[in-house]
Amino acid sequence: MKDTNKRYWKGLEELRNDENFVKNANSEFAQNAPDSSNYDSLVDGMGTHRRDFLKVLGFGMAAVSLAACETPVKKAIPYLNKPEGEYPTIANWYASTYAEGGDYASVLVKTREGRPIKIEPNTLSGISKGVSGRVHASLLSLYDVEKLKGPRKGEDTKVSWEQVDKEIMSQLAQVATSGTPIRLVSSSVVSPSTKAVISDFIAKYPTTQHIQYDANSASALLDANSTSFGKAAIPAYDFSKAKTIVGIDADFLGSWLAPEMFSMQYAETRRLSSAKDGKRDMSRHYQFETILSLTGSNADYRSAVKPSQIGLVATTLYNKVASKMGAQTISAPALTIPELDKAAADLIASKGESLVVCGVNDPAVQTIVNSLNSLLGSYGSTINLGASMNIRQGSDKAMNGFIDELKGNKLGAVLFLDANPVYNHPRGAEIAEALPKVSLSISFSDRADETGSLVKYICPSSHYLESWGDAEPISGFYSLTQPTISLIYNTRQAQASLLTWAGKNADYHEYVKAFWRSNIYTQGAGGNFENFWIKALHDGVFEPGKGTTTSGGSFTGDVAGAAASIAKTYKATSSAIELALYEKVGMGTGHLANNPWLQEMPEPVTKACWDNYASLSKQTAAELGVEQGDVVKVDLKGKSVDLPVIVQPGQAIGTVAVAIGYGREKAGKSADGVGKNVFPMASFANGYLSFLPGEVSVSKTGDFKEIAQTQTHDTVMGRESVLQETVLAAYKKDTMAGRFVPKIETSEGPKEATDISLWNGHKYPNHSWGMVIDLNTCTGCSACVVACQSENNVAVVGRQEVINRREMHWIRIDRYYSSESVDSTAGLEKASENPEVTFQPLMCQHCNNAPCETVCPVLATTHSSEGLNQMTYNRCVGTRYCANNCPYKVRRFNWFKYFDNENFDYHFNNDLGKMVINPEVTVRSRGVIEKCSMCVQRIQEGKLTARKERRRPQDGEIVTACAQTCPTNAITFGDMNDPESAISKILEVEREGRAFHMLEEINVRPQVSYLTKVRNKEAAAQNTEA
Amino acid sequence: MNIQIKKTALIAKKLSVRMKKFIVGLALLCSPFLAFAQDAEGDAAKGETLFKNNCSSCHNVTAEKSVGPGLKGISERRDFPWLVSWIHNSQAMIASGDPAAVKLYNEYNQAQMTSFPNLSEDDIKGILAYIDQANAAPVAADGGSPAAGAAVAQSSGPSDLFVLVLIALLVVMLLVLGVLLVIVTLLSKAVSGDATGADGVPFMDRLKTTFSKAANNPAIRSATIWVFVLLVTKALIDGAYNVGVQQGYAPKQPIAFSHKLHAGEYQIDCNYCHTGVNRGKSAHIPSANICMNCHGAIKKESPEIQKIYAAIETNQPIEWVRVHNLPDLAYFNHSQHVNVGGLECQQCHGEIEKMEVVEQRSSLTMGWCIDCHRKTEVNTKGNAYYDKLVQLHNSESKEALKVADIGGLECSKCHY
Repeated sequence: MKDTNKRYWKGLEELRNDENFVKNANSEFAQNAPDSSNYDSLVDGMGTHRRDFLKVLGFGMAAVSLAACETPVKKAIPYLNKPEGEYPTIANWYASTYAEGGDYASVLVKTREGRPIKIEPNTLSGISKGVSGRVHASLLSLYDVEKLKGPRKGEDTKVSWEQVDKEIMSQLAQVATSGTPIRLVSSSVVSPSTKAVISDFIAKYPTTQHIQYDANSASALLDANSTSFGKAAIPAYDFSKAKTIVGIDADFLGSWLAPEMFSMQYAETRRLSSAKDGKRDMSRHYQFETILSLTGSNADYRSAVKPSQIGLVATTLYNKVASKMGAQTISAPALTIPELDKAAADLIASKGESLVVCGVNDPAVQTIVNSLNSLLGSYGSTINLGASMNIRQGSDKAMNGFIDELKGNKLGAVLFLDANPVYNHPRGAEIAEALPKVSLSISFSDRADETGSLVKYICPSSHYLESWGDAEPISGFYSLTQPTISLIYNTRQAQASLLTWAGKNADYHEYVKAFWRSNIYTQGAGGNFENFWIKALHDGVFEPGKGTTTSGGSFTGDVAGAAASIAKTYKATSSAIELALYEKVGMGTGHLANNPWLQEMPEPVTKACWDNYASLSKQTAAELGVEQGDVVKVDLKGKSVDLPVIVQPGQAIGTVAVAIGYGREKAGKSADGVGKNVFPMASFANGYLSFLPGEVSVSKTGDFKEIAQTQTHDTVMGRESVLQETVLAAYKKDTMAGRFVPKIETSEGPKEATDISLWNGHKYPNHSWGMVIDLNTCTGCSACVVACQSENNVAVVGRQEVINRREMHWIRIDRYYSSESVDSTAGLEKASENPEVTFQPLMCQHCNNAPCETVCPVLATTHSSEGLNQMTYNRCVGTRYCANNCPYKVRRFNWFKYFDNENFDYHFNNDLGKMVINPEVTVRSRGVIEKCSMCVQRIQEGKLTARKERRRPQDGEIVTACAQTCPTNAITFGDMNDPESAISKILEVEREGRAFHMLEEINVRPQVSYLTKVRNKEAAAQNTEA
Repeated sequence: MNIQIKKTALIAKKLSVRMKKFIVGLALLCSPFLAFAQDAEGDAAKGETLFKNNCSSCHNVTAEKSVGPGLKGISERRDFPWLVSWIHNSQAMIASGDPAAVKLYNEYNQAQMTSFPNLSEDDIKGILAYIDQANAAPVAADGGSPAAGAAVAQSSGPSDLFVLVLIALLVVMLLVLGVLLVIVTLLSKAVSGDATGADGVPFMDRLKTTFSKAANNPAIRSATIWVFVLLVTKALIDGAYNVGVQQGYAPKQPIAFSHKLHAGEYQIDCNYCHTGVNRGKSAHIPSANICMNCHGAIKKESPEIQKIYAAIETNQPIEWVRVHNLPDLAYFNHSQHVNVGGLECQQCHGEIEKMEVVEQRSSLTMGWCIDCHRKTEVNTKGNAYYDKLVQLHNSESKEALKVADIGGLECSKCHY
């Protein structure tokens, strides 16, 4: 975008051109690690002295010569009795379901020799087409050594299941017969079979009550729907049918309800085609929010509002729509945000194809939003009241009632199922205090977590990959969970425990099967039940709800009452600093916190990992006199946390935002002490959990803590043709809009950069593997980052090494802010106030004229005849010339032997953790460069399968981990030599349209193409000259 | 010349392909009439393949008992419809109370015969034809196998015999040298009478001075040193190249399993035990249940086979010593080479059917892999994957399409 006056920047330091930024940008590798004393072990030390080096060298020589004398004897140990269908070295896939902590995904589990090594999306599912980073990372939690190895009674871990069962059953019976209440506390249960188990348990112990709560609650939405439509359920949203989408503090692409499903639907409205009669229309998305969320980053128009204003966004929008449509308006203070008028106009214009979603846990606001949607005719089109989403069923009031009962010493027994309220409930401290007084308390947690460590018995439930189960995330959409590995530890899934105590047959597999036979098979499956069951297990899903018509309903809510409540709670202006709590895309509510993959996944917008922090806007930070990294005390009426500051462009002025999910105390090495727990700072408003708890005071403590942020790492040195974007109106006129076609001056006049070359080029007679990445549908969710990590055994390096700029991810998502004319100081201020955001996934571009290949002195990186830039680790001597010469900065150097080093205790250096390693990919040792291989192991395997079947590979059969997992299908991988492949078809129409190569002017001819980002904005906002 | 060698090599390769082909070939040559007579009944060649794939693991063509009865004279013993229904579902026959079936079942320890419902009547006729044919030419068959085996022989590196001969020659030469020296001494003594030389110096002393003169000569000295240094360097480099190369490695295995017996003498198809060879990366060391398919009935009392029983009883898998150890950084896939490439096991593993103890015959070095990829023609026949490539290659080159031509030398073929 050389021709526009837009400026792109990755972080404020780049915008301001800070001294440190300039220094780091110019040095390829971060030298002199600030904390190098941490690693001065003889072998791995970076601060090694020359003598130590000689010692190591001398010893190494001696060791090598000794070792060479005799090769160690290796054993080959076959099965005693080989299971049928299991062939060593050949992978099997099993369909299963991940449904935990409010997430749902239908998955395929790839297993090798009976151990799961990868989670992949189940394409048969009608709900989730991709798999989020968190679901990918859930695999690593299976191999967590810090889990309990068996049942635990008090501190006694030697106790047997028989004994635990005997004691618990006798105590439960006692409690039940005495009539004292029993409470089963859980997060939302999406499994119909588990619900049946719970009712069996209640039948046996009738004083039991089941209480559901969600750490990030949607209780207000449920209650508002109950009053609005008489049904306390979350309806099924369908973003794909929406032309105008308005999000009010609802991060529906990142953390609200079912982000993978919503992303998939949302992306369909954003997909464009430059073909002659291609789709040239896309949805327009408005977002009103406090923090710059992932969803806000993707919005066409985004406005920052303070938490105290958020309710008024709904009322003001309602009034604007209502007055234009001739409906009754409501009385509430009006907000003056120009985008609100535009949004109202667009909503009305696309009546029947509009959708307003709101993430505020306040029934009054939700009622107004319901009414607004009703007014716009969304029910029956973009919202289906006939189907309910079961992923949030928790009731804040019921949970509060439970805590009061607990504190009042009224309970005889408490059971915690998939729940850790001591950690993730604002009143956790009260629970922690009262819990030890209950005579019988049981947790099914897999470890002695914050709640588990306070109960009498922990009956550790097995990991979902070791368990049976089912789920019904949306009514009529069923899926099954099946075990893919035999039990690693002496654990038992919670349902089996509950069945045992209920005096039933504890075989949960049979239970689920019987449940399906009598309840789900009957929903029009037809045929023989055994066949149906086998098919359902094979497919993982059974979806009788598919294709049912979308139904609406008549709104009966009390709009005036809601408006009055809003007018009371929210203010149009406020000068105080307000706190906003939010859920991070990766970490979520923190139940998988002891997961190094998740901890290291950079948050899509801030690009920070291994921490939570106090986000402040630039102006607020300046007013407070703090800079990034300064530790501040955030004080909310006496409850306070000390957190480092991150200066976040786009954040509402006068707010401080902190992520939940951090600050675990009893989760394990990777989670404990990382960040601070801010659940206690959430408040209750009219009995509803509120993440917008009110005014806080922020004061500087004088400490400093550097935040591990990847945003300015691997910068491209101001070459701005990396990003090419336009607006929809310009694109409609010219599909090449926003494209930058570099011209080189020659003696024969200007020529296209690709016409002048020193290179001979390569021939690809067989395949030519390539990738197309659509910047318009990429939401930046970072699922691909974790998928790649899982597929390619990418090491986790930890907080300090990320600060040292040594992260190992093969694919990164560059997040660019952009803003118009930032030449003046005032412009600079404005630029960071509310910038546009673009996400660009970047991995090795597999250049045809690869600059890395020419500089390698040992031919460790070479070109293949299929368009791949190959990396041969065993040839690499670690000169790092290639990384130096790479224009995209995608090469990673192994500074340490991460898989065998005590300093990198991230599940990778112990025997159990190593079970997650993909045996098809070399685990790289210290001193070599590595980078994206375009999943060459999958390419080779796919080709071999085709050859074994005496045919050509089919398109879609060979797919990289990143493309496979993308929830929005933004990445297309395939053979560009195959004219029938999806990638060829896209390139055919987009070559003279949106497709561009990054840094075309240097003529490295990458195999990876990008499609320009198109914003559905007014054309005037940007110079449209290409 | 070159072409001729190629032809011979090709013939040898063809001969070595599978002994069975050779045997049948010989059998056919020896008994043309029989072959013709049988053709009316069933296709013996087809039957042979079917027999090897389905029956040979439990039945012999001779009268000798194996897991099941020997099949010599089977077509006289049982009538054809009985055989068909037995082969299609023996359990059903036993259940129906057929006296012959029940008797047979009890005679063989109530071991169930696998049902082959997919074998058609023609197939069964073919198998019967093959059994009769094989029994009609036992001599030919016996004579056939060593001949075929010899054709497989392919020496890699100096054989033991060669080294022995070399050492023997060296010893003989040294002896001759010694004897000559003694003779010279004696003669010189005899000539000079009192054992002094012409100039009065004894012969041995003269020899000494000559040697010391030579030793003091700088040219000779430096030449010797250079030769020595060069030899040592060469030895070192050769040695370094052989670090980790385990050619000839033949460790003792926990169970004295003999490939010579199973693959050589009984001609059990390699696939029968190494089930993964056509499917995936690993050929699979057979699990104990595969051993039990036969040894559930055969040679149960042998102490070696008792070890398998012990393993099953104690639920402890058998820890075989791995013979072929490719380094972890190299990716090798059996199915690519066997299934797609159509290579014989012997190509890399040597004459496995002659090995009492398995030995690593090939060096398994990268040079060895690359060398083969350079020389080997791609098995493109009947494989649609290669059609376009062959077409393209033929339009550009007259040489056959080699593995190296389709990326067989590229790094990420094997390293990733």
